[in-house]
Amino acid sequence: MKFIDEYRDPQATARLKREIERITTRPWTIMEICGGQTHAIVKNGIDLLLPDKITLLHGPGCPVCVTSVELIDKAVTLAARPEVIFCSFGDMMRVPGSHKDLLSVKAEGGDVRMVYSPADAVRIAHECPDRQVVFFGIGFETTAPANVAAILQARQMGLKNFSMLMALVLVKPAIAALLSDPDNRVQAFLAAGHVCAVTGYGDYEPLAARFHVPMVVTGFEPLDILQGIFMAIAQLEQGRAEVENQYTRAVRREGNPAAIAMIEKVLMPVDRAWRGLGMIPSSGLGLRTEYAEFDAGKRFDLTACIAEESSICISGLILQGRMKPPDCTAFGTACTPEHPLGATMVSSEGACAAYYRYRRTKAPH
Amino acid sequence: MTLSDNFNLNCPLPKADYPYVLLAHGGGGRLMHRLIEDIFIPAFGSQELELRHDGARLDIESSAVVMTTDSYVVHPLFFPGGDIGSLAVNGTVNDLAMCGARPTALSAAFIIEEGFPVESLVRVAQSMRAAAEAAGVRIVTGDTKVVDKGRGHGLFITTAGIGEVKSSRLIAPSSVRPGDVILINGDVGRHGIAIMAAREGLEFETTIESDCAPLVDSVMRMLDAGLDLHCLRDLTRGGLATTLVEIADAAGVHIAIEEAAVPVREEIRGACEILGFDPLYVANEGRFIAILPGKEADRALDILRKSAVDCTPMRIGQVVERVPDGQPGLVTMTSVIGSERIIDMLSGEQLPRIC
Repeated sequence: MKFIDEYRDPQATARLKREIERITTRPWTIMEICGGQTHAIVKNGIDLLLPDKITLLHGPGCPVCVTSVELIDKAVTLAARPEVIFCSFGDMMRVPGSHKDLLSVKAEGGDVRMVYSPADAVRIAHECPDRQVVFFGIGFETTAPANVAAILQARQMGLKNFSMLMALVLVKPAIAALLSDPDNRVQAFLAAGHVCAVTGYGDYEPLAARFHVPMVVTGFEPLDILQGIFMAIAQLEQGRAEVENQYTRAVRREGNPAAIAMIEKVLMPVDRAWRGLGMIPSSGLGLRTEYAEFDAGKRFDLTACIAEESSICISGLILQGRMKPPDCTAFGTACTPEHPLGATMVSSEGACAAYYRYRRTKAPH
Repeated sequence: MTLSDNFNLNCPLPKADYPYVLLAHGGGGRLMHRLIEDIFIPAFGSQELELRHDGARLDIESSAVVMTTDSYVVHPLFFPGGDIGSLAVNGTVNDLAMCGARPTALSAAFIIEEGFPVESLVRVAQSMRAAAEAAGVRIVTGDTKVVDKGRGHGLFITTAGIGEVKSSRLIAPSSVRPGDVILINGDVGRHGIAIMAAREGLEFETTIESDCAPLVDSVMRMLDAGLDLHCLRDLTRGGLATTLVEIADAAGVHIAIEEAAVPVREEIRGACEILGFDPLYVANEGRFIAILPGKEADRALDILRKSAVDCTPMRIGQVVERVPDGQPGLVTMTSVIGSERIIDMLSGEQLPRIC
């Protein structure tokens, strides 16, 4: 397939692998932020192609994984209400809250629908004027513009039965939080290409300078990731700490000004709790006062139940890059995709699920 | 005009003219008989049904028969490349073929939701007839039930089939040996993506059609040629990946495949990239794998190429070795970039990814 096969070319892969080996003189630890990249790395065995000196850590960049238990409990509560049609992206449906997930609510009779776009939820609200349609607005800056477009469309259509449970999160505050941690091991970051396609990467430059860490805006195909790693190692070896762009075919330094303007018109930064990381100031996006009528948190009484996390799950440490999935005693035993203890085992972009699916047994050869 | 004409107690509407199925069509009375007489018997046209008895008597010479059954709840009922009727016939016929059997007879049981259009029922019945003829099998007995509106999903069909075994060897995972090769009869992922596109209203540049087709001819040609088939399996729900894991587990072997060898059409790859799906896990209804000794691979591929249009048979991998007793089977795949990874079963159905 054009524009895909070029980035999975085995000869080019082998060349980049040799180049990485050639320039690497010391051990380095690099974190990929985005769950999509984690999935691609484990699926394609990219980490196995790297020299032993290079450690890849998997970051908190899967929106499904970092959505707090409290928000999932709110979603479950909302979805069980008889007047509500609860719409969500597919991979959010199996994430466990304190007691159950959205698929269980559906099985118990709740009207839970899997949609492919927030616009689908707006259409359902238009078609079902007697019901309350709630969309679970999750994602990073990448999905924020689509959520905003849905809200603007709902306002234009005068819909009074559409709202969103807001769980949008921002990448930059999470990177800053990781780097500020005294135990931080990360020496360079692969920044998420699709987030930067929206936001640009100018904002990352002060961060790279302040913490003296190289950041490489990286794409999602095997060659993209290998090249991003190569560029990060080159900076580390040369003692540079700059923001570089590997994903030039999709990302410009200024990002997508139209999308940024849309986000700023409707949303504003709010404090948000991350699963595994805790509360990070100004790390989420919430609705501005002018659009508060679309906030499901305000429309419904969601006096939250007490959120309970599994006591043995180490997904928080995994999301911070301090441990890897096989380090967990529950990995593959008490915790499997069928019975996940934490969100990193649920989403296909979660590090535990990716390891379980592609690495569970060591191949005999 | 006679007295009886004046005092006709029958409903003035001709019974067959009801445009929708009524609860009464399943009540065992005249309406049900009209449904059977007017729709099913003419559509299926088998001599066994003409006898109008409780069951069908079959005279079978073979000493070994295979029996299988499957229920069909596909939604939407009509989709590009097929419908629930052709699916209900091909699915069961293919299960028989995978056991090395030539299908002899099918049963068909219909659970119809009150209010279902009679015209659609006729279309489904005719589609079943066409599929049965293509597969060389007769529909010899059946059943009809009607459920209250809201308690069904339009139409559910259950078919069962029996077939005569045409292979002296047991065609099953237990016959799989190290050194065997894995052949596939064509590209994967079409049925699942066609259904999903039809169900969700996803539009692609070209209409993606289901690969729904009978596999009897391909299997019988391989058996007639005397090929030593060790295992056959159609790649329905869970797709190629799930099937390989099932066979590796049941046979206690390590199967290794090459990602680059598995045929996937451009439009299917594109749809899967957009949705975050892996085509190896997407359902098919006209694809199967054949596992047989490596030295017979070329001959089998030749036969597969000739036995059906619109297919691209490929050798995708081999059985490497037995796994130690008590360990689960193993399936590994060499990716296009040359690294190796494990292929595992999914815990549920594939869910579209957020990003």
